[in-house]
Amino acid sequence: MMSDRSLLGILALQGDFARHARQVELGGAEARLVRLPDDLHGLDGICLPGGESTTMSLLLDRFALREPLAEFVASKPVLATCAGLILLATTIDDNQAGVKPFGVLDVSVQRNGWGRQVHSFDTEIHPLHGQNGLPPVRGSFIRAPRITRVGQRVDVLAVYQGEPVLIRQGAVLATTFHTELTDDTQLIDYFLRHFLPDRE
Amino acid sequence: MDQFTDPQHKVKVGLAEMLKGGVIMDVVTAEEARIAEQAGAAAVMALERVPADIRKEGGVARMADLDVIDNIKRAVTIPVMAKARIGHIVEARVLEALEVDFIDESEVLTPADHAYHIDKWPFTVPFVCGCRNIGEALRRISEGAAMIRTKGEAGTGDISQAVRHLRDITSQMRALTVMTEEELYGAAKEHRVPLSLVREVAKTGKLPVPNFAAGGVATPADAALCMHLGAEAVFVGSGIFKSSEPEKRARAIVAATTHWTDYGIIAEHSHGLGEAMKGIDAMSIPEEAQLQVR
Repeated sequence: MMSDRSLLGILALQGDFARHARQVELGGAEARLVRLPDDLHGLDGICLPGGESTTMSLLLDRFALREPLAEFVASKPVLATCAGLILLATTIDDNQAGVKPFGVLDVSVQRNGWGRQVHSFDTEIHPLHGQNGLPPVRGSFIRAPRITRVGQRVDVLAVYQGEPVLIRQGAVLATTFHTELTDDTQLIDYFLRHFLPDRE
Repeated sequence: MDQFTDPQHKVKVGLAEMLKGGVIMDVVTAEEARIAEQAGAAAVMALERVPADIRKEGGVARMADLDVIDNIKRAVTIPVMAKARIGHIVEARVLEALEVDFIDESEVLTPADHAYHIDKWPFTVPFVCGCRNIGEALRRISEGAAMIRTKGEAGTGDISQAVRHLRDITSQMRALTVMTEEELYGAAKEHRVPLSLVREVAKTGKLPVPNFAAGGVATPADAALCMHLGAEAVFVGSGIFKSSEPEKRARAIVAATTHWTDYGIIAEHSHGLGEAMKGIDAMSIPEEAQLQVR
């Protein structure tokens, strides 16, 4: 029997994928860890979690995930967090490690733009007015990237110190900060409600 | 206030969360760090000598030369960790000033303080500490550690001690989950840890911070075994750069950690790796020469 719950993939090559899976389940959807191309079949959307973008980019190639995942993120809903956002960007400033992004999110990013770990911080993020039903959330910036350029098709949903930290382009919702470290599900709820096709 | 819900602690544990499912590799030069990064390491541990050499050469093992750490920091984009001696508050403060991303208060170095570990709460840099059992794990967590790893027996290439420590921690955690309230009081006393931490483990069946494996990992199968026994990521010390083909071995250990339940993939990546580090049977090391008892 077909489930009426949405089925979300969580890219699980490395990083805090288990945290995202927990959030997805708390949000009432089903989570499936994605490590190989076959794991993408039948998914309604995918989360690209936090972790190390250098590592994830290398492993995408090593386990033949790059092409099928590139196709998937270009056409289906995506929630991207931190390293996940870097993987979607069109441009990575000073790309020392040679991360190969998918280029579906028209932004430039600077990796670790807020500094190394001793500069990591946790703060309240207030979405800009008019973002239907998106509440203030607690965000952790952990060696977080900085968005240095935003393309015309990108909507900025929240800023911190004047800089975009939560953005949307089409079916992609992306943050430079983490909300998945606690059981506060407001952001995943927003994603499930506004980005996934209605199953009813 | 509760230190465990402090935002500063949250971002420390947060970085440990980001390293899950990954491999953290010991490196002694910028060149090794680049090899580790390109092999798929999630972080590197910058040090002057790998544990196998410390064991062989003897002498006092201290925090690494700061130039070595700086070179390694410049060479890679992934987090850089470094080791401080147990109880050496100032080595740790210097590493923090250098902006390393994680400090390992490590039994691999010669302890600076035989009575106390560092009070880790006042630091902005996160700490990882080694442990052999739930008591050591929760004591280090109560001192502010943001990540726990097994001690294993570093520099031996013998996985048996990491296995023992993972098994002991897991079974001790499981035992807590079925205890009555008065038994939990007894357990807190027996393990010499705060009752609040014992209660939390009893409720969740897990440590309140990520739990990684270290000590004696030499093959892809060793790494996958640690994951099977409940580790959430793997440290590899001497096992990579003391083997005959470090680059291939590093890639294979990464593959085995990511796909630890997929034995076909582990097999596929375990071909043509050359020789593993020779190693030492950890059971043949007299207790006074073991690093894990520190």
